[in-house]
Amino acid sequence: MLGLNNKDLMLFAIVIAITLLAPVILNPFPVESDLAQFNAGYPDLMQRFVIFGIFAIGFNILFGLTGYLSFGHAAFLGVGSYAGVWMMKLLTMNVVPAIIVSVIFAGLFSLLVGFISLRRSGIYFSILTLAFAQMSFSLAYSVLTPITNGETGLQLSLNDPRILGVSQTADGSIPMTNFFGIAMRDGFELSMGGWLFTFNAGYYLCAAVMLIAFYVSIRIFRSPFGVMLKAVKSNQQRMLYTGLNSRPYTLAAFVISGMYAGLAGGLMVAMDPLAGAERMQWTASGEVVLMTILGGTGTLIGPVLGSGLIKYLENIFSKINDNILHQWFSFLPDGLEDFVVAIVYPFIGKGWHLTLGIVFMLVVIFLPGGIVEGGQRIGRLFRRKPPEDRNNTTTAAAPSAAE
Amino acid sequence: MIKRPISRRGLIKTAGVVGVGLAAPHVFIRNANAFNNEPTGGTVTLGFNVPQTGPYADEGADELRAYELAVEHLNGEGDGGMLNTFSSKALKGNGILGKKVEFVTGDTQTKSDAARASAKSMIEKDGAIMITGGSSSGVAVAVQSLCQEAGVIFMAGLTHSNDTTGKDKKANGFRHFFNGYMSAAALAPVLKNAYGTDRKAYHLTADYTWGWTQQESIASATEAMGWETVNNVLTPLAATDFSAYITPILQSDADVLVLNHYGGNMVNSLTNAVQFGLRDRQVNGKNFEIIVPLYSRLMAKGAGENVKGIFGSTNWHWSLEDEGSIAFVQSFGKKYGFPPSQAAHTCYVQTLLYADAVERGGSFNPCSVVEALEGYEFDGLGNGPTLYRADDHQCFKDVLVVKGKENPTSEFDLLEIVEVTPAAQVTYPPDHPMFAGGDLGTCNSGA
Repeated sequence: MLGLNNKDLMLFAIVIAITLLAPVILNPFPVESDLAQFNAGYPDLMQRFVIFGIFAIGFNILFGLTGYLSFGHAAFLGVGSYAGVWMMKLLTMNVVPAIIVSVIFAGLFSLLVGFISLRRSGIYFSILTLAFAQMSFSLAYSVLTPITNGETGLQLSLNDPRILGVSQTADGSIPMTNFFGIAMRDGFELSMGGWLFTFNAGYYLCAAVMLIAFYVSIRIFRSPFGVMLKAVKSNQQRMLYTGLNSRPYTLAAFVISGMYAGLAGGLMVAMDPLAGAERMQWTASGEVVLMTILGGTGTLIGPVLGSGLIKYLENIFSKINDNILHQWFSFLPDGLEDFVVAIVYPFIGKGWHLTLGIVFMLVVIFLPGGIVEGGQRIGRLFRRKPPEDRNNTTTAAAPSAAE
Repeated sequence: MIKRPISRRGLIKTAGVVGVGLAAPHVFIRNANAFNNEPTGGTVTLGFNVPQTGPYADEGADELRAYELAVEHLNGEGDGGMLNTFSSKALKGNGILGKKVEFVTGDTQTKSDAARASAKSMIEKDGAIMITGGSSSGVAVAVQSLCQEAGVIFMAGLTHSNDTTGKDKKANGFRHFFNGYMSAAALAPVLKNAYGTDRKAYHLTADYTWGWTQQESIASATEAMGWETVNNVLTPLAATDFSAYITPILQSDADVLVLNHYGGNMVNSLTNAVQFGLRDRQVNGKNFEIIVPLYSRLMAKGAGENVKGIFGSTNWHWSLEDEGSIAFVQSFGKKYGFPPSQAAHTCYVQTLLYADAVERGGSFNPCSVVEALEGYEFDGLGNGPTLYRADDHQCFKDVLVVKGKENPTSEFDLLEIVEVTPAAQVTYPPDHPMFAGGDLGTCNSGA
């Protein structure tokens, strides 16, 4: 069905189910309980999960398949964001044109960057992409201020032209981003017992786009084109000797992943119409590399899991402050309480990067195939058949994955 | 296909499932609420969104202390601080409208994107009814427009750009802090007395909305009294070393350096400037001078010896002798062991003003708060009689011109007040060219 084999279809079905039920799955704790702190089922974070999932899926098409490690993908996300906001300023608040234009602009920009950077491979390629991304960041941050509004970020205003819409609504505010009339902010809440679930229109739009993106990525992985890309990763020299020119394939992969990044950027501004230069900074490019490696390079589902984990740590762990810690450990005697809080404190709140670093180290050292490999190992424990017999659902990560 | 008749058992089962399904969930559409995040229980949640990392982290930490103190006072704990000196007596120390005040905190990282993400999670996840904070105008502008869209109130913390209540003003946003124009209007006469009318100024400016508008304000005010602006160089907000920007000044014929920098930026640029010997320089037969238009004690502390004799302006200083300031310094000092900064003061006052507006309006509805704050005149909060102007939601009050103290008596006694510029002298019409182009729009309650 859908041109997928049974295993892929199964995986796709699971992803569909999880994505659609995310508002419930991510809110496992009742609102009034102490553990509500760990609920992640609010619209902004769920949107981030799927948007960064798209970003990482796209990155994985380049890095996972061809092994080309780009350190500049945030630039495409940023270009997509700016293009999207400009569409909303100039044309309409409907998100569809904004998203389409984001993808086109990111694609064109990645064609340019890819054409130049792909003349080199390995570390030189990485450095070239990094240089391009930093250049774009500086451009957006100061040089191109009239277009990007510099550090403040590009925003909508009450006197934007908006040819196919209104500059401001009847009550004098900026119109909402919408999908043919359905505002992205709209939704309904479902309260069951102590639980509260928020179903948000914006999230479901992002989720639908993510499922399409995921499906396309499966098809690419399983296509002859995908096999060609994997050949580039395993031995490009040999490909060249057999007379195959790998450049068009790598360039195509680069542009596709750039367009994925642009799509993510477009969705980000569709959910929240502001584009800041920081999302093009090298740290943002590094983040998607982390997501992919953490989840499992070259696997289908890995990047989505990795992005989910990082966004969860960033948004939930970073919100735990020392007051909350003191509440948690208040059952301990005073001296001990302070001691425990002092030990735990560096790892939460603004120290969440430290936690992320430790998780990342552990994953790279013990699970080179990322979270997906962890899942497979656990699965193997509960399976009777010896592992050699079964056909991996996902392409097994190559040993070089964590390079 | 065989059509099976419906069995009795099956029917009862199905009916049971459907019944439970219909009865259990209590669905309500978000829009059914009177306004976004209407507090229904015995508590109300405020969101404190401050920079905990980045160049303004010191200010952010102090803001957070002030917020915690304000929450204590609102809930009737501690000594009540400025509640006792505030001209409005609507607040009784039993929370806001009888609801206990709780708060959530977030890190803006001094980045618009991160600040909005943090504010969004406070609004969507924690149900915050009001967002306050920010130590960067870029962030304040971004979060203010988010709050306008989401239908909650934004009480700006430390933001000094003209744009916050100028071209980027929003109906749901309010600013107590002063702005670049006011700094310039207050500083110019003092600078004229101290340094004369024939000066050549070189500007280093933080490259974002605050730097741009402050530079514009200072340049126009100083040019009006005869100074010449030699050059204006924009520096990235994330910069930590300014030596590359200082060297060209030595080659120019400028005799005044204006540092449109704040927080960590200013500490570093001033230190660099002093290291390069700018203060010992003689140009055009005059002493080379440095001016820091927006000053704070935290910055003076960071820059140490280098601030001596340098002019600047500030919104508030702990050494003020009015009863509001004394009460605030006392309760802040009792809790934390040192005096509050101007950032702490404005954040504390904003929290009180919000709570007071809710009490006076009798509702948490953002539109009622807007109505209660617009054109509101108050006193006793440390700045003398103050007006929240309805046209742009900007407070108008006296501005302090300060100077780095030559002989500090303690580690906190770093600035001396040179002049208190009366509010009338720094007031401008709402359609002043530096503030034109924006529109408040109408209040949004998220309903």
